[in-house]
Amino acid sequence: MRSTIRMGAVAAIAAAALIMTGCSADGASEGTADDPIELTYWAWAPNLDKVVDLWNEEHPEIQVTVNKQDGGDPAITKLLTAIKAGSGAPDLIQAEYQKIPTLVASDALADIAESVGDDVAGQFPEGVWQSVTLGSDAVYAVPQDTGPMMFFYRADLFEQYGLTVPTTWDEYAETARALHAADPTKYLGTFSANDAGWFAGLSQQAKAEWWSIDGDSWGVGIDEEPTQKVAEYWGGLVAEGAIDNKPMYTPEWNAALNDGSQAGWLGAVWGPGVLSGNAADTAGLWEAATLPTWDGDVSNGNWGGSSTAVTSQSKNVDAATEFATWLNTDPEAVAALVEQTGIYPAATDAAASILTEAPEFFSNQPDFYDVAAEAAQAVAPFTYGPNVNVAFSAYNDEFAKAAEAKSVDAFLAAVTAMQKTTIDDLKAGGFSVSE
Amino acid sequence: MTATVDAPRGATPPAPRHPPAGRSPKRRVKGALTPWLMLTPGILLFAVFMAAPIFYTLLLSFQKEQVKGLGLGGDSRTREFAGLENYVATFSDPEFLASVARVLLYGLILVPTMLGLALLFALLLDARRTGAKGFSRVSIFLPYAVPAVISSLLWGFLYLPAVSPFYWIFEQLGWDDVPSLLSPGLVVFAIANIGLWGGVGFNMIVMYTSLKAVPSDIYEAARIDGASEVQIAWRIKVPIIMPALIMTALFSMIATLQVFAEPTTLRPLTNSLSTSWSPLMFVYRDAFTRDDIYSAAATSIIIALATFAISFLFLRVVQRRAFGQED
Repeated sequence: MRSTIRMGAVAAIAAAALIMTGCSADGASEGTADDPIELTYWAWAPNLDKVVDLWNEEHPEIQVTVNKQDGGDPAITKLLTAIKAGSGAPDLIQAEYQKIPTLVASDALADIAESVGDDVAGQFPEGVWQSVTLGSDAVYAVPQDTGPMMFFYRADLFEQYGLTVPTTWDEYAETARALHAADPTKYLGTFSANDAGWFAGLSQQAKAEWWSIDGDSWGVGIDEEPTQKVAEYWGGLVAEGAIDNKPMYTPEWNAALNDGSQAGWLGAVWGPGVLSGNAADTAGLWEAATLPTWDGDVSNGNWGGSSTAVTSQSKNVDAATEFATWLNTDPEAVAALVEQTGIYPAATDAAASILTEAPEFFSNQPDFYDVAAEAAQAVAPFTYGPNVNVAFSAYNDEFAKAAEAKSVDAFLAAVTAMQKTTIDDLKAGGFSVSE
Repeated sequence: MTATVDAPRGATPPAPRHPPAGRSPKRRVKGALTPWLMLTPGILLFAVFMAAPIFYTLLLSFQKEQVKGLGLGGDSRTREFAGLENYVATFSDPEFLASVARVLLYGLILVPTMLGLALLFALLLDARRTGAKGFSRVSIFLPYAVPAVISSLLWGFLYLPAVSPFYWIFEQLGWDDVPSLLSPGLVVFAIANIGLWGGVGFNMIVMYTSLKAVPSDIYEAARIDGASEVQIAWRIKVPIIMPALIMTALFSMIATLQVFAEPTTLRPLTNSLSTSWSPLMFVYRDAFTRDDIYSAAATSIIIALATFAISFLFLRVVQRRAFGQED
């Protein structure tokens, strides 16, 4: 009898390891004066190649090829693999802000401080620019889009139940209770243990500093007052049952958005795309507001957003930087980005001049982008550390337990566990950590 | 008989394993080179796709990466010899031990149920008076053809109360408090059910094929002696196909240890599944979420060794019955 036994565990990891050392295509270009410089660009934003076509038409000397990626995480994993292998990385990559420290720590990004023009920094909000410099003199990327958080709510249901739009978190809690009391099947929102970026944004709004650079050491400040305050608040709402405890982005959540069981959503400026995709039937029923504040203290957090970075394997850093700057600051390019990829551009003035008409899903709210601009302006600075992935996966595991436990103590314990996992990982990796 | 026996729907694609070379007939072949020449493709494939990766995994498992200071900038990262550090870290991680415990529970639920049902179906199909055999066989086997990720997505929809037709029916019946199978205490059943759905058909086919190879005069003799169908099944058929039962049990146990696709696919739908729910998810998290390929390699080695140990122990216990006839 011939048999095939599964030895998947070893084979899969070993194969991954082999790929790390073996798989490498020589993608670097020579960049002579005769031939056009050829740049490769890994990105996952939809239709980005159409924006790049505009550049290629105008710049025969620098030709950019977009290599479509599956998404933020796989693209970064692939890039880190190519960096370890020593070759195979593209010239440019679309990198989410929280990935930049990890990439810099792996020496995957080129410092473009010398190639980038002096006037570039001023075109972006300060908090955004800080996430591409990590607060240093280096510049690791040009910001592309941001995700200032916003509060979306079903205006029709608010009217039906006589609710007013909450401006502070206290009012949000009141509103959540009132709605749930009026109709026990309805919730104003859900606490999602699946979306670490969402919780990071809420903590950022409360002025949390999850990571900080303290001389030559990393500081980790997850288990501190701002984040504890946020966790306690949400733990309380979940414990009393005023809001739901199920993750977002599930078929159940989509159904709830559609049938009004979820009457509100703490999302970000890219929310209209999500809502129109998941709850198409509710077009025109939603309205957007800025996030509720902590006792009137105007502040906001980011959820999502990405930048264009030049990799350390690029042989044409200047050309790549020129392209990245054009893509994210040139009015024509930014307009094309908005039209083709549906992003909210990080460049302040460009955003203001291009985004005048509300997205179709929010056609009932003509001032949608005024609200968005207000939300974007208020974003508090936030530094991501070199092990965001570890902290985020700890968030998933710890807050999943807490959301099921439905108690304030469990939420606070989850924050403590996140802090411990994050610090332990830094120390195990040899990072210098200040305490 | 040349059948490719495969564990039911585990996590990762099967890696080829070659028939034991030592079992080849002891014929004298002229020219000592000839057997080696014939073995070359096998040896080469084994070396490139099995031995080398395993060796490299082993190598990685004794290393670690260390950074200095902030870890920003070019030369702050070095690869160091770690000794047994990664192994110690895995064994002292309560999450790893918990994941092993969860998978053992999962196996205890899944394997007996799956093999019991598979045997029942195989015997029913083999019974004389069963009708529509072809249709039944195909429809029981069909779920095996559905990839684990797809079946997990399908079941995921059925488990979520808000979108599940089952819960709609429960509601119509006035049963309000039917708990979700995705709640923390029940999620292991939810996952075992997906494995069951996909695995019964395959194991049933293995057993049924085995039953078909039994000469029917044995049954006739039994009938003449007055044995009922149930007695024939229990006293004759089951003992005769014992080797097939043991093979399927072995492969099911190995697949159990390697469960990955089902919990990984269900995880985003619920708070009940952690990123390290099963040992392989633990490995995946270390390798691709924490970017720590070294710890992942050590854990992989531990899982592989445990798999071997359990397989050999199991075979040792049941060896004579399983392979007695072949030796």
